[in-house]
Amino acid sequence: MKVTPQQVKQIADLANLSLSDRDLEAYAKDLEEILDYVDQLNELDTSGVEPMAQVLHEGSVAPLRTDAAGPSLAPESALRCAPLAGAGHFKVPKVIDR
Amino acid sequence: MRSIGGCRPFQGAEGDRPLRLVMDRYRDLTIDTIRAGLLEKRFSARELAEESLRFARDGNEASGTFLSFTPERAFAAAERVDADIAAGTDIGPLAGVPVAVKDVIMTAGIKTTCASRALENFVAPYDATAVERLEKAGAVIIGKTNCDEFAMGSSNENSAFYPVRNPADPERVPGGSSGGSAAAVAYGYTPASLGSDTGGSIRQPASFCGAVGVMPTYGRVSRYGLVAFASSLDHIGPFSRTVRDSAQLLGTIAGGDPYDATAANMPTADFAGALSADVSGLKLGIPREYFSEGLDAAVGARIEAGVKRLQKLGCQTIDISLPHTRYAIASYYLICTAEASSNLARYDGVRYSRRSEESETLRDMYRNSRAEAFGPEVTRRIILGTYVLSAGYYDAYYKKAQEVRSLIARDFKEAFESVDAIIAPTSPFPAFKLGEKTSDPLQMYLSDIYTITGSLAGIAGMSVPCGTSPEGLPIGMQILANHFEEQTMLDLGHAFELDGGFED
Repeated sequence: MKVTPQQVKQIADLANLSLSDRDLEAYAKDLEEILDYVDQLNELDTSGVEPMAQVLHEGSVAPLRTDAAGPSLAPESALRCAPLAGAGHFKVPKVIDR
Repeated sequence: MRSIGGCRPFQGAEGDRPLRLVMDRYRDLTIDTIRAGLLEKRFSARELAEESLRFARDGNEASGTFLSFTPERAFAAAERVDADIAAGTDIGPLAGVPVAVKDVIMTAGIKTTCASRALENFVAPYDATAVERLEKAGAVIIGKTNCDEFAMGSSNENSAFYPVRNPADPERVPGGSSGGSAAAVAYGYTPASLGSDTGGSIRQPASFCGAVGVMPTYGRVSRYGLVAFASSLDHIGPFSRTVRDSAQLLGTIAGGDPYDATAANMPTADFAGALSADVSGLKLGIPREYFSEGLDAAVGARIEAGVKRLQKLGCQTIDISLPHTRYAIASYYLICTAEASSNLARYDGVRYSRRSEESETLRDMYRNSRAEAFGPEVTRRIILGTYVLSAGYYDAYYKKAQEVRSLIARDFKEAFESVDAIIAPTSPFPAFKLGEKTSDPLQMYLSDIYTITGSLAGIAGMSVPCGTSPEGLPIGMQILANHFEEQTMLDLGHAFELDGGFED
């Protein structure tokens, strides 16, 4: 299946990644090769097969714990690794233009 | 390979205390011999921690095994053990045992980088459940091991920092993604370590380095504090030089956890205490799809010799078929990348990951931060994962892959109706050279063919050493067992080890 750098750019936008034109071309080629490879799944008739979304073996799923509030991370711990923080908040570039 | 089965407690040849732990002897230590040495006061836990750190640090420039060392935490843990021994208090089952932890597993107050620029300066705010349980049992964490970035890779070459060298040949990779954890054990820096396995990331490096590596059943060990790559496939598991030591670590870290809803509600088991070398009468499946095209002849010969040894030990072997094996890689790379693209969306440059300096708007900040943070393989997987989840492609790729995953799981379910365990190679070939496969992502993916199937099915698997190739490279034999049947798998590995199968 043909994948164009333009398509990769759309995907990269969805994934919030800024990529150079050279990267877009390289990833388009990789993606094309990988998608050609995974195409073999279409040899299999999977009609009537349930998609496997639950991996935990049946019978071993833990019951839900009681819905009670427990201790959580202190604000200063949560903020400690923030690239920019202040006044108990994470700081980000301006979001709204006035 | 040095002798693995015949570890003896220190005999005090250098006289009684203070005993300088010479390297060769340090490298032969196991959990049991450490315990004996501590209780007989041949050495202290503090001395052992110092020796481990000295040995690992001296070797790290050449080996690349560790990303950071944790001496303060190690000495604090060791001194608690020494104080307990001095006071005559009972010590935990892992008391004083130096352990290395893969740098995708959180350690409170210590950097947890995932070998990524994204988390280069990230200091974990809490401990993973597995780490907490290890330390509660007396283990001494000496450092965080190198790996592929966010555990994505099969050679450790995707580390953003530096590669790891294979202990058997420095020109070769240690495997991945838990390359550092496998190497730590194989070099002898620590008797045991923790890694993570998503598609083979414990078993394949164990086979490349000549170590024991265990992927437990999905849900057996809590994932709390394991940085998420593909949540339906991620596992934490142990590496060690002996099967008994992996059994001890697994028993320590296993069990339900209120912080992980996918941690199974299963009684914990004393795998090490229950270990038995009597495997006679067990039925072993030999899947024909794992012995066909693409299998290196030397690896095939070693595994066949391993199977003969198990027959000699009284096991019965049965030829079986796992017919959907050839579709596993395609299914896996669609599912794991889809989950990764979702899990890695959290690295937004706001809360704890790297932020780009040069962005005026919020949107540019996200886009530039992420582009600067992720290496090529992680970026490639995010793109593939985003693509397969995007509108119009979801059914064709992601849903289809999940359906095929069901078929692969069904193959195993049917096989385990007639066999107790399955024996196969861990990897189609021994360790390859650094740089040999980096230019072709698909070729790198194909090297995981024998481990990915078990990951998709959510069953248990382990790799044990099974001799070497003509060039002297370690070869691993894989033992797969049904959900929560780790004991059978460990017993087989243990019997194989005691019979000399590791060296042969």
